[in-house]
Amino acid sequence: MYNPFSLSGKTILITGASSGIGRATAIECSRMGAQCVITGRNMERLQQTYDALEGDGHIQIIADLSEQEGIETLAEAIPNIDGLVNNAGIGLNKPISYIKQEDLEKVFQVNTFAPILLTKALLRKKKINKNGSIVFTSSISAFGSNFGRAAYGASKSAIMAYMHYCARELAGKPIRANAVHPAMTDTPLIYSGTLTEEDRQRDMMQYPLKRYAKPEEIAYAIIYLLSDASSWTTGTSLIVDGGLSLL
Amino acid sequence: MCKTMDIQNFIQNFAEQFDELNTELTPETRFREVEGWTSLVALLVITMIDDEYGVVLPPEEMRKTQTIQELFDLVQSKL
Repeated sequence: MYNPFSLSGKTILITGASSGIGRATAIECSRMGAQCVITGRNMERLQQTYDALEGDGHIQIIADLSEQEGIETLAEAIPNIDGLVNNAGIGLNKPISYIKQEDLEKVFQVNTFAPILLTKALLRKKKINKNGSIVFTSSISAFGSNFGRAAYGASKSAIMAYMHYCARELAGKPIRANAVHPAMTDTPLIYSGTLTEEDRQRDMMQYPLKRYAKPEEIAYAIIYLLSDASSWTTGTSLIVDGGLSLL
Repeated sequence: MCKTMDIQNFIQNFAEQFDELNTELTPETRFREVEGWTSLVALLVITMIDDEYGVVLPPEEMRKTQTIQELFDLVQSKL
């Protein structure tokens, strides 16, 4: 069947696949025919993702990407890939007058440094195939969407800038690079912070579509950017936020 | 971080989270009714409590408190 959005025949590496957007992306990629290489820190939860993948030949690798050793081990262990989803991330909700050095180190380590260093390691080992696609999970927080997200947003804005340079520097290979920018998405990340259920319900009403995203709705955007349907798209930011940025 | 809490000191820390405060805060003040109370101030207060007293308040528990004294007691119970 004709389907330019298919991932059939492609091998895709997804970081942060043990929950949330990463898990949904892995599952949807497998449904679109990809061979998935999934990675995360938590063995039990990564196994749950692995068990939910459709088809055969998928690979799971436990790795802590906040350490150089974890990055090197992962880059060494994986087969060649056609797509890389730099998705692993952590949240932080803190007003600017309280941000500490250790907050910045933690949030930038996971959200910014790890994807930059993983991308580098994969390129040096020539693991990303010609016509490959790199997708970064950024956030609408990269644009200053809400209070309390300054450190998180700075880390997501930094990864967006890095994505622009990937698009330029890797175009000759050719490898494309793009980012998705979700707003609030129904994942464990948004339940671990400082918001009550009531806060969340009120917050949802600000969205033109009156709800938060389901993780698979972000995954579909990522799949578009991984697929050959986006072969002329590089260096872009795809905002997937239920219309929130319109307000 | 274990230290004895002082209500006056707590009120002062609480008051500092507002840009502008035209009301005098007392232990009996129902803080959500204070002019200038916003969700940003709420986040600032939660963060101040973490920073100053080393207590991470579960948002659901903070929601049940009405007065500054009740919030103070909640924080103290977690020291």
